Amino acid sequence: MIGVEHYVVVSSILFVLGVLGIFLNRKNVIVLLMAIELILLAVNINLVAFSAALHDLTGQIFAMFVLTVAAGEAAVGLAILVIYFRGRGSIAVDDVNRMKG
Amino acid sequence: MIQTLAFYLFAVLTIASAAATILSRNPVHSVLFLILAFFNAAGLMMLTGAEFIAMLLIIVYVGAVVVMMLDIDFAELRAGFVKNFPLGMLVAIVLLAEMVLGLGAYKAGALNLGTPDGTAVTPAGASNIEAIGGLLYSRYLFLFEAAGLILLVAMVGAIVLTHRQRGDTRGQKVSKQIARRPDEATVNVKPEVGKGVSL
Repeated sequence: MIGVEHYVVVSSILFVLGVLGIFLNRKNVIVLLMAIELILLAVNINLVAFSAALHDLTGQIFAMFVLTVAAGEAAVGLAILVIYFRGRGSIAVDDVNRMKG
Repeated sequence: MIQTLAFYLFAVLTIASAAATILSRNPVHSVLFLILAFFNAAGLMMLTGAEFIAMLLIIVYVGAVVVMMLDIDFAELRAGFVKNFPLGMLVAIVLLAEMVLGLGAYKAGALNLGTPDGTAVTPAGASNIEAIGGLLYSRYLFLFEAAGLILLVAMVGAIVLTHRQRGDTRGQKVSKQIARRPDEATVNVKPEVGKGVSL
């Protein structure tokens, strides 16, 4: 029988993969954003699994809010990326500190 | 039995495609693997009975966010992979070890998680979506509105950031239209016969 522990193991592996992705892909901002999405996905799996295990819907509602914030974050992040690409012609993370106005 | 099988299928595919997302050389492949990971995670959530969140994940992510990322592509690749590898691995291993310790502590009974107060249980006979809707529009109404506000702010922010005024378009200038008077826009001429009008 699949218990909540199985889900916790899957989501912790996903979380670690996301963090690893942030460290490994310092060049490409898009992959960085995707790694953040992976981290949020891991959190969501955790919330949903515990919500189902405890028979309490609060976890699923909170997962929905996490999804909302993740969508907003992705939209604003990609918008910043677009103007960054327009201004510089590349999306290398190395000189993002030029964004300091 | 079939549930166990489905769980392992989804779990293995989720983790494998997440690994492929962060390791693949081409960003477009990464996005496609991310879509695969999201689909399988939705399957995992479906197995626990959270149908609404699973569908939301597919619609919101696969439909909008990830396709938005597919929009942009270029190849600025992977220098520094080898340089960052040891640090990244170290952080990942420490993080995973912490999680394993936490899970071990939970299994050993060291963590007292408490139990829910029972105000958010699924009513008897209600489907998952019905239960979530009932809770969302009553108990979590203000949080729901706040989520809408967050999306609005994100939308306005994204538009403001990416909108640019193009020089070659001729838009409508309402104030100029309203300020225009008949006597400055027209002239009254009385041409003589056979002479024509010079403008």
